Amino acid sequence: MSNYVPHTAKDIREMLEAIGVKSIDDLFRDIAPALRPKSFDIPEGKSEFEVCRSVQKLAGKNATDLTNFVGAGFYDHYIPAAVDALASRSEFYTAYTPYQPESSQGWLRAIYEYQTAVCELTGLDVANASLYDGGTALYEAAMMAVRLTGRHKIIVDQGVNLIYRTMLYTYTTNLSIEFVETPVVHGQSARAEILKHLDDRTAAVIVQNPNFFGAIDDYTDVASKAHAAGALAILSVYPIALGMLKSPGEMGFDIATGEGQSLGIPLSFGGPYLGFMACKQELVRQMPGRIVGATVDSDGKRGFVLTLQTREQHIRREKATSNICSNEALCALRAVIYLSLMGKTGLKELARLNYDKAEFAKSILEKVPGVTVKRTSPTFNEFTICLPRNADDVVHKMIDKGFAAGFPLGRFYKGLDNYLLMAVTEKRTREELMKFRDSLEAVLCD
Amino acid sequence: MQVPDKFLYTKEHEWVSINGRTATIGITDYAQGHLGDITFVDVPKAGAVVTQFKRCATVESVKAASDVYAPVSGKVAKANAELAPHPEYVNQSPYEKGYFAVIEMSDEKETANLMKAAEYKKYVEGLT
Repeated sequence: MSNYVPHTAKDIREMLEAIGVKSIDDLFRDIAPALRPKSFDIPEGKSEFEVCRSVQKLAGKNATDLTNFVGAGFYDHYIPAAVDALASRSEFYTAYTPYQPESSQGWLRAIYEYQTAVCELTGLDVANASLYDGGTALYEAAMMAVRLTGRHKIIVDQGVNLIYRTMLYTYTTNLSIEFVETPVVHGQSARAEILKHLDDRTAAVIVQNPNFFGAIDDYTDVASKAHAAGALAILSVYPIALGMLKSPGEMGFDIATGEGQSLGIPLSFGGPYLGFMACKQELVRQMPGRIVGATVDSDGKRGFVLTLQTREQHIRREKATSNICSNEALCALRAVIYLSLMGKTGLKELARLNYDKAEFAKSILEKVPGVTVKRTSPTFNEFTICLPRNADDVVHKMIDKGFAAGFPLGRFYKGLDNYLLMAVTEKRTREELMKFRDSLEAVLCD
Repeated sequence: MQVPDKFLYTKEHEWVSINGRTATIGITDYAQGHLGDITFVDVPKAGAVVTQFKRCATVESVKAASDVYAPVSGKVAKANAELAPHPEYVNQSPYEKGYFAVIEMSDEKETANLMKAAEYKKYVEGLT
């Protein structure tokens, strides 16, 4: 392959002449020389063959065959082949901003169905067409609460994924929003601490179910206490767990958000992932993003159109609720295909399978000498074990045995260096679990 | 274009009807006509404190979202809850069913900063 040359020297000369500039460097005169990069350090062009070989070599460094027990917000679920087959159809895959109702009824319908699925999952009235990821969705929910209540204090449970909490704080750095973190005690949210901080300045209480330690809980009391103080209640949820847990709507939450990666989107470092968001009907005017609505055309036929984005970007403009109007259409499509394939019963069975396998894993791991399984709280498919030594070291040793053993909690929480967070999805077989137990026992005996 | 005689007006096309210390506020017939079909009104909440000529509400039409400024300062005694299900009242009946809120005025002298009907009429004629 010859080098890719976007412009010939003649092209460049003609363009410079047309705008009356002598050289390309002249275009950057406004930037002080000291601030300009000295060199971009771009090597000479390589052939296609050389590039492929070099990139394949890099890719070969990735571990792709480890048996995965890492969760921490992103889960290794099986993706039915139909998800890839349907989502990679070029009508879907190659479309950019496919929202013109006159030419994109298929896409709009798919997003409408996705919204419906999110409403059913969360037990809430309205869902938007998706956001970037679980963290941005949670940030948007927090901002909704600030706008709706006119208050500026937010209580965040420490069981909320640290990645999400970091995103919340980063996004709001230049806004005067006060965050108060409340602790997790033996896996559960400290209700007394939440109550202590709830006051007439509180815009929202944010909790996560299951929380970062995998513990599940009924947060109905937290939602009603928040409402009694005039605050909103926000729950970040794991969609697969909703196959067996009480939904945010049933618990009385106002807004539910979450990471939709588990719904048919492959694990990959940095995404693309999927943020979902649903809320009560009366809050819809403050919901950000896009919503596809069903309507009737001039011939009386049912059709679908974008409603919220039009309002935000073309009508409200600088008064829009959020600067993020993007959605993750292709990931949302995968999610709705995945959920359709699972069906209501399938999702329940899947959730049950995850729960049962995790419970089985607990039962065999607690027999490993020196290992304690934390059982102070019920869990879904993720749980915490305490090791007799540093969890980071154990994880490194387990990689040699073919396992991504889990997430060492010491990376996020002080004093938890010996704690390992493990997720067991439906993909983990009995054989893998037994082999994991034996390997862990061997590593701990070293 | 209707401009009721007894009301007072602002340059931003809000009207206010004063009764003792109580002020009922809304947007004028001229304003609703220029905004087009109104789809949503974000009315001030009861209990909120508003300041003369400061933003107190937002009105959204099929064309644009516009700020509405308080013609007088005070505390919101009542917001027009009917506008949530019926934003079209602002188009159909800007001075009655389409009112925005009732305000308990904190400074009656502020009315001196407002225009009388005849003045407002002239002002609007100057705009077109």
